Amino acid sequence: MPKITYIEDSGKEHAIDAPEGQTVMEAAVKHAVPGIDADCGGACACATCHVYVDPEWLGKTGEANSMEQSMLDFANDVETNSRLSCQIKITKELDGLVVRLPKSQH
Amino acid sequence: METNEIKRVIIIGAGQAGGEAAQRLRQGGFEGEITLIGEEPAPPYQRPPLSKKYLAGEFGMERLLLRPASVYADERIALLTDTRAVWIDRKGKRVRLEGGRELPYDALVLATGARPRKLSLAGADLEGVHLFRTAEDVDAMKPAFVAGAKLVVIGAGYIGLEGAAVARQMGLEVTVIETAVRPLARVTSPEVAGFFLDEHTRQGVRFVLGGQPAVIKGQDRVRAVGLADGTEIPADIVLTGIGVNPETTLAQHCNLPVDNGIVTDARCRTEDEAIFAIGDCANRPIAHYDGRQCRLESVHNAIEGAKIVAATILGKEAALETPWFWSDQYDLKLQIAGLFHGYDHVVFRGVMADRAFAAFYYKGDRLLAVDAVNRPAEFLGAKALIHKGLSVSPETIADMARPMKEIVAAAG
Repeated sequence: MPKITYIEDSGKEHAIDAPEGQTVMEAAVKHAVPGIDADCGGACACATCHVYVDPEWLGKTGEANSMEQSMLDFANDVETNSRLSCQIKITKELDGLVVRLPKSQH
Repeated sequence: METNEIKRVIIIGAGQAGGEAAQRLRQGGFEGEITLIGEEPAPPYQRPPLSKKYLAGEFGMERLLLRPASVYADERIALLTDTRAVWIDRKGKRVRLEGGRELPYDALVLATGARPRKLSLAGADLEGVHLFRTAEDVDAMKPAFVAGAKLVVIGAGYIGLEGAAVARQMGLEVTVIETAVRPLARVTSPEVAGFFLDEHTRQGVRFVLGGQPAVIKGQDRVRAVGLADGTEIPADIVLTGIGVNPETTLAQHCNLPVDNGIVTDARCRTEDEAIFAIGDCANRPIAHYDGRQCRLESVHNAIEGAKIVAATILGKEAALETPWFWSDQYDLKLQIAGLFHGYDHVVFRGVMADRAFAAFYYKGDRLLAVDAVNRPAEFLGAKALIHKGLSVSPETIADMARPMKEIVAAAG
């Protein structure tokens, strides 16, 4: 199973074995990683699963589509490596992915 | 009650509100006992995908679950599934379960949800007539969801239309019967309702508006829906989406005030200071709308109730949000911020023909709500404006040359 590491704003790390086919958001929520709210459950409806993708991985996670980009415009502290984690599907190629979490989703 | 005297919390109802309350209490640092009681066999799961991805077969039960079943034991949350609470003894602070077992509480959270209204028609119990509330409901209807089957949806609310959209995408023949003269009559404006009516019609859905179902016909299985005017609409499956009633039986039996839901204050507290009510079953004041009492049926409301209860029990404050909702139909994402009831005019940003537009609802100068179709920036922008109590003039809103983000920033 691909391993994904989530780093909270405080620096605390959570390394999780994440099943392929789920999203980076789902794997975090199901393991109760604090800092990803994902209120809408992954429908790309709420923008509360914002993460920063480690720059090394940007090529593999792909880019936000226009719907996601519009949502990100309204998230807090958006950077060029910001993504909504409900829109990143876990694949073998993402084994080792590192994402950082913002201070707050609201 | 001092919050540090609360050692035992019982939550009745293991839907999203109940599940989130248990989780948020534990994550917030509550050290005492948490018991979560649910009538369904599954741990808490998300209901929105039931009429969307779960019905379409894109999601299995495992992905519906809010958390894996094992998390409850890990977090010392006693999850009692397939379990019905039958009585609340307010004086003795005990909950009695079916079978007679009694559990004591210091704080009790009612998250009993709502029950779908059933058709009160002859034939409504025939096989093939379905409600839309639980995963079991959808599991029961799914085998009949095959290309070419005839589906009749009764009720053109969001649930019924989402079901109709999935069915069309799977190749079913779909007829929607609605007693009102337009779809979505209770939840949006005539303009936006007209857009969705056109869209579904274009996708091949047939509508009977102002139609009065009178009888469900069939021997062992449903065969047709008969209307009051004598028309007969052939049906292999009937899907009922005519709204829900809050589940308030337990509250009524112990004499808690009930008025379109269990009445609470802004802290989700009922008249009894040890008993809270959250989610679809509760009627609470909404801060963003002058404290108006509302019973909201939404994920946002379930989560917010859970946040408020957890914060209150832990002696903290919860951050509140503008109420919000969403609906997915075909490739249309409808996102709603705020409560539109009482609006006196509507302003459009973008045009419907582009299948990407937003309807801004005003009462006088005040922005009340937004329906955004494939317009996430307008949804999030409006949600922020309403949260801050800000409004923007109709001229500014209609000016597509100005990005929504800039409009929100300029508003303060």
